[in-house]
Formats: sequence, structure tokens, C-alpha cells
Amino acid sequence: MTSAISVSGLVKTFGPTRALDDLNLDVHTGEVHGFLGPNGAGKSTAIRVLLGLLRADSGTARLLGGDPWKDTAALHRRLAYVPGDVNLWPNLTGGEVIDLLGRLRGGLNKARRAELLERFELDPRKKGRTYSKGNRQKVALVAALSSDVELLILDEPTSGLDPLMEAVFQDCINDERSRGRTVLLSSHILAEVEALCDRVSIIRGGHIVETGTLADLRHLTRTSISAELAGPPNGLADLAGVHDLVAEGNRVRFEVDSDELDPVLKQLVATGVRTLTSQPPTLEELFLRHYEDAK
Amino acid sequence: MIGTGHLVRLALRRDRILLPVWVLFLVGVTYSTTTALEELYATAESRALLGVTANANSAFLAMLGPLHDWSSLGGLVVWRWGVFSGLFVAIMAMLVVTRHTRAEEEAGRTELIAATVVGRHAPLAAAVIVAGGTSLLIGLLQALALIGKDLAPAGAFAFGLSTASVGLVFTAVSACTAQLSENSRVSNAIAGGFLGVTYLLRAAGDAAGESGPQWLTWFSPIGWTEHVRSFGDNRFWVLLLPLAAFVLLTGVSAYIVTRRDVGLGLLAARLGPPHGTIGSPFGLAWRLQKGSLIGWSVALFAVGVIYGSVAQAVGQMVQDNPALGQIVSKIGGADAMVDAFFATVTQLLGLISSIYLVQAVLRLRSEETSFRAEPILATPVSRWGWVASHAVFALVGGAVVLAAAGLGLGLVYGTQTRDLGAVLPQMLGAALAQLPAAWVIAGVALVLFGLFPQLTGVSWAVVSVALVLTLLGPALQLDQWMIDLSPFTHVPKYPDITFGPLAWLTVVAVLLLAAGFAGFRRRDLST
Repeated sequence: MTSAISVSGLVKTFGPTRALDDLNLDVHTGEVHGFLGPNGAGKSTAIRVLLGLLRADSGTARLLGGDPWKDTAALHRRLAYVPGDVNLWPNLTGGEVIDLLGRLRGGLNKARRAELLERFELDPRKKGRTYSKGNRQKVALVAALSSDVELLILDEPTSGLDPLMEAVFQDCINDERSRGRTVLLSSHILAEVEALCDRVSIIRGGHIVETGTLADLRHLTRTSISAELAGPPNGLADLAGVHDLVAEGNRVRFEVDSDELDPVLKQLVATGVRTLTSQPPTLEELFLRHYEDAK
Repeated sequence: MIGTGHLVRLALRRDRILLPVWVLFLVGVTYSTTTALEELYATAESRALLGVTANANSAFLAMLGPLHDWSSLGGLVVWRWGVFSGLFVAIMAMLVVTRHTRAEEEAGRTELIAATVVGRHAPLAAAVIVAGGTSLLIGLLQALALIGKDLAPAGAFAFGLSTASVGLVFTAVSACTAQLSENSRVSNAIAGGFLGVTYLLRAAGDAAGESGPQWLTWFSPIGWTEHVRSFGDNRFWVLLLPLAAFVLLTGVSAYIVTRRDVGLGLLAARLGPPHGTIGSPFGLAWRLQKGSLIGWSVALFAVGVIYGSVAQAVGQMVQDNPALGQIVSKIGGADAMVDAFFATVTQLLGLISSIYLVQAVLRLRSEETSFRAEPILATPVSRWGWVASHAVFALVGGAVVLAAAGLGLGLVYGTQTRDLGAVLPQMLGAALAQLPAAWVIAGVALVLFGLFPQLTGVSWAVVSVALVLTLLGPALQLDQWMIDLSPFTHVPKYPDITFGPLAWLTVVAVLLLAAGFAGFRRRDLST
């Protein structure tokens, strides 16, 4: 499998702050890759290094087979970028900005531009200074999504969108995936990443702490189970992978490591099950565990 | 008005460096000008000679105004420094007011403030108090500095209050212009344009003399300071005019505040085209910079027309005044006077144009810090191409602006002397000869942008230093090596334009530009 982005050992410091600390990141061609982390974890810094806007102190970064610092212009022909903070020129209309960015990238798909304006309900005649934050983001999104490029780099592109527009955005990204494009989606919204991404990398303090498919990551998480049994839950506490067990008579609540689910369920069935609720592991939980560990 | 006190403190905290520098500069120059003039014109004869020549020289009249009273040192100080003191304090007031009103609103910070317990008028009131108060403080300290040089206290206070009055008027003018547009750049441009008109009205009135439209000076706040006649009649009543203007304009601005929404201006935004035609970095730069280029070209053409129309009177005056004719014949006669006039005027135009060039270069930095450069540089546009798209407005745009000034000078003077064919190319040449020196200043700005981006704002200090060294250096009796620091010192004086100095100034500019380009190619984009 080829890599659209491959980064290893990347370090970037700003004075005393170490924004990227031995960062390794691998994005496969054709996948939607979630880049997850809270504010200040280094997501935007990593993206700016990949765009050749910042120069890394050490480490290597390859983007579409080229060096992002040296082959900047050639690489930028093949990608589109939506910044986290979209600022527009006060006296240019949204439509003018979309066309400008499209032309600079070497042309945009007019039919797709019209369709996206429709879907995002964006008025392209308004001047930059009159758009809200969400609408400024839509301008950048329409410009990026209507370009014919191989790679989309999106830095928290939905932080100003309302839930309706968030749904439109998710549809659009699924369209991009089916067109075979690679997407690097930075976000701190877990639901969005869970809904869209094939693989996820979690960044903390400028370092990737976890990377893999959602299925891979779920192995690292726990399922919450609460059940009413036919008899007392004998022996349950001794099973491997069971945590935080609370038993009140025949009722039990506990968490179980995802890879230990099978023997635990067999034990429950042996006792006899009246009711059972299980909650699947969420990325949120994984995320919180990683950040709590850091404390 | 609730909360005004807090906002005044906030403004003083934010400007804790800027305001003291302005105060020190304006008071310091007052003191050093007095010292220099005291030594330069120690005898009554030398002052009398200065009086005759200064009032006969239209270049001096247009630039500095008439020398009303050459019997006292105070009179000389008023003549040499009064108009510029007013001009500088007006710039201070304008920048301070816009910075704390419209710029805050544009950045969205006023919204934060407006949601707390703060009256609708508080931000405006605070800005007016800070800018007006600083103007008064400068005036007061100037008066004390003059009294410290043993000048008459009445005259000293008349002088100081005159300076303060210009600051107050432009505090109120900017309070109004800040209400008009949503863009702080536009509100500064309107107020700056008003200041330019103020200076030109009195320049035209003073240069015209008693036979011409001298009454024009009564329509200019800077002209009013001349009518106070500090150290002469000390006509304090004239200061009622700026006071009335201050009260009236502040009232107007306060009224507009109650009539508009936070964040919006009176000049409403309209819908624009749904499709764009811009497809290159240069196209974008043209869109962003053309307003400024056209405005500057028109303004400098107008300045050229005004000075061009005065030039003939310079020669005329020599013929009308036998005593002056004798003095002048020693330095080469009436023609030499006219030449010297054009030499001074073209140098002044060159200095003014360097403000435009620096502004064009600094657009790069404001595009960068407002994150508008980032999406452009994430497209196939190279760093080099992006910088060049704006730098071309400094380099070629600077030539356009200076050519417009030369055209204004040449068209009018050429028509008056019925020798357009010869005069026009001469004047264009004399104006464009300033270009390499202006390029050097632009080069310094680009070096700061490319290598020391946090210090890009220092470019304005560079422009100010060049202005002070070139215009006031000789009067302040600075050492020649200091005056030589200004590139404009090295531009050959009209009519003896030689290419040697222009060539090496161009080489210096090219080296600076190359260093700036290289620096930007290697550095991180500011985030």
C-alpha cells in the first residue's frame, strides 16, 4: 500500500516550546485519515510543516512522494488545504475567493462548485467581511472540494459549522473517498472522526500516541455491560479483563476489555441472563484514557 | 459612558511605549530646534536676512509658512517647527484614535468589551481622552521646554497650545472617520487625506502671499496655528476655532455611534459578483493595492500641481524686490532660486513617496499576520511569486506615484513658462531621480519583513528617521555622517542630475531586496 503522507521523527520547536516532538505519521493513499487531538497538541503545526509553510528542525516528511519544503509549488498543484482559521479579504466576495484559489491551483470543476454552493447554502455574492466564521469555512471548503486534486488537507474544517452543515460535510467527504482521494482530516470532534475515518492517529504533546483503524483501536478499549442475572454472579470478578465490577444482588455492572469479551459472556450465560445492555467502546473513551494517563 | 475609566487605563497600558515615544519626540525636537536656531542665528542681522529670504522663498513659504517675527528666537522656532509640530501631533492623534476604536471593532474585541458593563460611548470616549490628553500633554511640555530656553511664557504657551489644538482637531476628525467605514485602514486613509488637504490648503495660501488667495489658510487647522502668531501678537482667541471644531466633530461622532451597530460602518457593504476574475497572485495584489496606488498618484499629482503653480511666483518675487534681487544675484539670480525651489520640492516629494512604498511592502506582513497569506501559499504560488506580486507595487508603483508628481509640476510650470516641451521631461526626470532612494527605504522594509518579521513595524521608524534627517538635519546641526544615513541626502539636486549616485543607490536597493526575498524564502510563515 502506498503512502500519501509519511512522516518520521519530525521535530519542530518555537523558542522553548516543542510543538512537534518526534512525530511519526503515515497516511495511506485513498484513505480518510483522522488526525485527532485537543487544541495545542500540534495538529496545525504538523499540517503547516506538510504544506511547506514551516520548516522542520529535524526528521523527514514526504508528501505525495516529494519533499514539502523543497518541492512546494509542484506538490501544491496536487493538493487542496482548508485552514483552521479562515480569514478572507474584506472586500472580495466569497465567489471571487473560491475562483481565485481554484485558479491558483490550476482550475476548478465549475459544475461541482455550483453543486457545493447549493449543498452548503452559501451565498457567493457576499463580501468577505460580512461572512460569519462558519460561512468563511464554507468558502474555503467549497474552494478545496471543487478542485481536482489527489489530496485534501483539512484542519478542523467544521469547527464553525452547525449540525446540518456538519452532515453535508460528512456526505462530501464520503464522496471524496469514493472518488479515490486521500483526506487528512484534523479534528477534535470524535463523532466526526468515528463517522468518516478509515484510520486514526491520536496526537498528544506533538507526539503520535496511537494510530490504527477504528477496529484496531477498539481492541484497546473496554465495553460497558450491565445485566440482571438468574443467580448471583459467582466467579465473575476472577475473570481476566473485568474491571470496576459492581454487584447488587443479581444485578451487575462492569467494564470488560474488548478482547476478553468472549469468556466473560460465556460465564454470564452459564449463570443465566434476564436482561443485558452493552455499550460499545467510543473513541471518546479511548481519547480520555490517553489524556488522563498523561496527568 | 460607564467604564470609560477602565478603557482609558487599557489604552494607556497598550500604548505604554508608543505614547511616551511620541511625547519625547515632539518635545525633544522643540527643544533641540530652539537650541540649533539660537546658535545659527545669534545676531540680529542674520535673523533679518533670514526673514527677508524666508518670506521671499515660495518653497519655504509652502513648506513652513511665513516667518512673521524674526526679531525673537521664539518667532524663528514657530516658523521652523510650528507647522511640522502640528502635522506630527495630528498623525499621532489619528493613529491613536483609530487604533482604539475602529481597529478594535474590526478585530472583534469591541464585542467582548461591549458585552460587559460598558456604555455605548465608552470606547470612543476613552480613545478621545487618550489622544486629546496626549495632545495637551505634548503642548504643555513643549511650552515648558521653550520657557526652559528663556523664551517669553505667553508665546511659549501660545505655541504649545497651538500644537495641542491640531492634535485635538484630528482626534475629533478620526473619531468621525472611524464611524464611517468598517475597515480601520479606510478610516485612517480618510483622516490622512483630510490632514493632507489641511496641509496643502495652508501651503497654497502661504505660498500665494498677500496678492493671492491667502485666506485659504483660514480653512486649515494647521493654518490656524500660524494665525495665533505665537511670540508675536499671541492671539489666543484664534484657538477658539479648533476648540469649536473639536466640540462639534466629537459631538457628530458620538451621535453616529448611537445610530449604528457595533462592527458596522455608516458606509454599508453591498453584494458583489458571484464569480471572480482574479487568477494570479499579481491579480490579487492589484485588487488589494490599486486603491492605494491610484489615491497616492492623484494626491501627489495634486501636490505637484500646487508646487508647480507657485514656482513662477518665486522668480517674480525676486524681480519685484531689489534688495532681495541683490542677495539672490550672488547665488545665481532668479533662475537659481527657481532651481533651488524645485530641488527642495522634488526632495520633499521623494520623501513623501517613500511612505507609499513602505506601505506597499508592509501589505505583505499584514497579509501574513491576518492568515490570508497562508491559503495562497498552500497553492502552487511560490514564496518568491507572492512577495514579488506585492513588491512590484513598491518598485513600479513608486515610479508611477513619482511620475504623477513630476507630471503635475511639469504640466503647470511648463504651461506657465510656455515651454512645456522642455520643462515636462525635466520635471519628470527630477521627480523620478528620487526613486532609487525611495527604493532603498522599501528595500530596508523588505529586509525587515524577510529576516526580522516581528520588527517589520520598525520600517515606519526608518521612514521617520529619513524624514527628520533630511528635512531637519541641517537645522538641527546634526553631524554630516548622520545626515548621510538618509538615502535622500545622496540624490543629486535638480538641475544637476547625475547618474552615478542613482546607480549605486539602485544597487543598494537591489541588494536589500534580494536579501529580503532570500530571508522570506527560508523562514517560517508566522502562525
